[in-house]
Amino acid sequence: MKNIFISFSVLVGLMMTATGCQKDVSNRTSNLPALQTGNTDPNAGSWKLVLMSRPDSFAVAAPVATTSPLYIADLFEIKALQQNITKDQANTIKYWAAGGMLRWNEIMRGLVAKYNLPPVQNPDGTYPIPNANNPLAYPLFPFSNPPYAARAYSYVSAAQYDALVACWFYKAKYNRPAPYVVADTVVSAKFINKTDLPSYPSEASVMAGVTAEMMKLLFPGEIANIEALLQQQELATIMSGAATRADITAGEALGRQVAELFITRARGDNAGKAVGTPTDWSNFITIQTNQGLTPWFSLETPKRPPMLPLFYKVKGFLLDSATVVSLRPDPPPAVGSDQMNKDVAEVSGYVNNPTRDNLHIVQYWADGVGTYTPPGHWNAIAAEDFIKQNYSEVRWARNLALLNMTLMDAAIVCWDIKYHFFNPRPSQVDPSIKTLTGVPNFPAYVSGHSVFSGSASTILGYLIPANAAKYTAMASEAAMSRLVGGIHYRTDCEVGISVGNNVGSHAILRAQNDGAN
Amino acid sequence: MKKKIVFHLSTALFFSLVATLAKAQTVDDAVMMSKKQWCNGLTYMHSSWREYWEGTSKRENKNLGVVSTQSVMLMSNYGVSDKLNVIVTVPYVWTHASAGTLHGLKGFQDIDLDLKYEFFSKKIGKGTLSLIAVGSFSTPLTNYENDFMPMSIGLGSTNLTGRLTVDYQSGIFFATLSSAYSWRSDVTIDRTSYYTDEIHYTNKVDMPNQLNSNLLFGIRKTNLTVQAVVMNMYTFGGFDIRKNDMPFVSNQMNMTSLGGHVKYFIPFVPNLELIGGADFVIDVPQLRISGRNMGQSSTYTAGLYYVLSMKKSKK
Repeated sequence: MKNIFISFSVLVGLMMTATGCQKDVSNRTSNLPALQTGNTDPNAGSWKLVLMSRPDSFAVAAPVATTSPLYIADLFEIKALQQNITKDQANTIKYWAAGGMLRWNEIMRGLVAKYNLPPVQNPDGTYPIPNANNPLAYPLFPFSNPPYAARAYSYVSAAQYDALVACWFYKAKYNRPAPYVVADTVVSAKFINKTDLPSYPSEASVMAGVTAEMMKLLFPGEIANIEALLQQQELATIMSGAATRADITAGEALGRQVAELFITRARGDNAGKAVGTPTDWSNFITIQTNQGLTPWFSLETPKRPPMLPLFYKVKGFLLDSATVVSLRPDPPPAVGSDQMNKDVAEVSGYVNNPTRDNLHIVQYWADGVGTYTPPGHWNAIAAEDFIKQNYSEVRWARNLALLNMTLMDAAIVCWDIKYHFFNPRPSQVDPSIKTLTGVPNFPAYVSGHSVFSGSASTILGYLIPANAAKYTAMASEAAMSRLVGGIHYRTDCEVGISVGNNVGSHAILRAQNDGAN
Repeated sequence: MKKKIVFHLSTALFFSLVATLAKAQTVDDAVMMSKKQWCNGLTYMHSSWREYWEGTSKRENKNLGVVSTQSVMLMSNYGVSDKLNVIVTVPYVWTHASAGTLHGLKGFQDIDLDLKYEFFSKKIGKGTLSLIAVGSFSTPLTNYENDFMPMSIGLGSTNLTGRLTVDYQSGIFFATLSSAYSWRSDVTIDRTSYYTDEIHYTNKVDMPNQLNSNLLFGIRKTNLTVQAVVMNMYTFGGFDIRKNDMPFVSNQMNMTSLGGHVKYFIPFVPNLELIGGADFVIDVPQLRISGRNMGQSSTYTAGLYYVLSMKKSKK
């Protein structure tokens, strides 16, 4: 008996050790190799800009000669830094070396997830509205819900793109090689791959400067963290031997200036008014009721005002307001019609006995509260595929800008349709329908996931044709996840995909003519 | 032949925000099956909460109402020897929210295998002191959805648990102190990214380990046990649910509960035992006894156990 106990104890001990060792969860992109640019896109300075009128709208002074004492001093700064690289510093260099655009995109998704929390109601049953001028008081600003997020990703990406095009313009103009080329006996390339890309101004600091400014506008409670990341990327870039202090300083200033242009636009793009007023909220109901239709109502208790109902008035980057209206589909089946009854019955069938596969796709695509939202999910899909493409930083910026401008316009078009038709959710029409994910607090027709996914899959399929079929299948699964999750009718999803595809086609028109092909 | 008391399940489900851990707790008492006795049972549990702790802040949620978890658990406990018992439990769990739109889930949760070994038993003073060690292994029986809290039926981790139990019985009075440390494996969720106190780009979630401790005391006779039960669950790490966020598998889930359990062998029906219990998660901020990231649940259990003797009827 004693033996049994001893062997049992040993067994338990071994098993415990075994599980102890499993506790090593790391991110998929934690240990990426350094960016290995296939084509440095030396002519990107001529690519079509989004907001800037010319790539040299903001002046960048000519660099000093590489023989000047100032330049030599910069080289010795790098040399000194490279002599004492700690393990943590090496890890930081490697982190940024995998791609600055990738890292800032990941950071941005983290911010969206952090702030994607709907405010709790007040004791009187009303809901507080986040205030950009007091971002750290509850409710925190912003509530980065899907339309807010789509716009935020878009502004960051579009500004990064214009800034990097300007950066490439000056790189070509001044053509000053990287420190590890100019002085390869003094400076080596640490944890990075050498390229023949000129280093003045530094693309790392251009993106750090422009991104930091944009993020501070969009997530004003995060200013300290964002500035710390900027400093971290810039120091890592200098330590890696890719840029001198002067390359960094010039780039950061350029980035911040480009951001100002986008910030000015953002302040006047109507997003600040998208919350609407109680009068706006009741008008939607009146319009539906006057037509004899059933208006949407919030399924939350207490009833929450609809999410950003005037977001359809936001000025997009790709589509003008007439085009937005032209993309409206036919009305949804009316509540009480045979078609609607059939649609409701189908939803009911899916939620009552969900298969594990359906639960999987519902959760996989849920992208609800506390997540980076559907636009963030498509950024994640894109970024993880872009990693394999060996893009230059400026091509990363261009492709993310195309994706995110598409997603923002998709949000505008989708919100236009949602509030034009103001159609109820399945659980409103049939309260016995219980859902497998949270019911979003806005009208059903058309499905936001479907428009986002239809638009993203279209532009991504253009950018990486080999993946086009995969993106189409993913978009279709994302759309259907809302049907089988019980929060949308089939019509919402199918029409949503088609609307999204139309938005994506407009983005392709831009992509075909931006000079990057 | 001396008839030895046999048993069973007490209860103690840790009814969190999730319906986690529907575990048999025969493992936490000091009662051993004698050799070749085989006890099989069925327990029904109903656990529900209206208020829950979001981090350390207590609230209710009108979009959930009362969240209830019910389960039926099969338990089988076999006496390999008078000192060594093997216990297996299999719960079927279903959840429900009384308000809002969220759909309940249902399914077989985690199978739990326990080896319970009484390694010390000695008369000390007027009573008997027993020391018992239990090693447990639990793992999901099915690939249930663990990322739809609070409606999920479980957390999805595979756990190894080491437990030590000290029991002292004098006459009909007894007290038992039992503590168990659980190593919990990473879990996989259906999403490819999630936010805790930072963003994670993976579908794997690191699960913090847990300590579960119980104090039982009361009277224990051949045919009747009546005991008060204090339970505490403490999670070593994990994060807090943010204001108005959804709960998550790797939250720091802590709670303390008080309850009472009864086990009773019915006269005239040999070897048939009834069990019942009620446990209430308590909130006494003055004593700093509060829950964290869990529901303040009330749990009721009722069960039926039948003991078979596998010994040949001769002897």
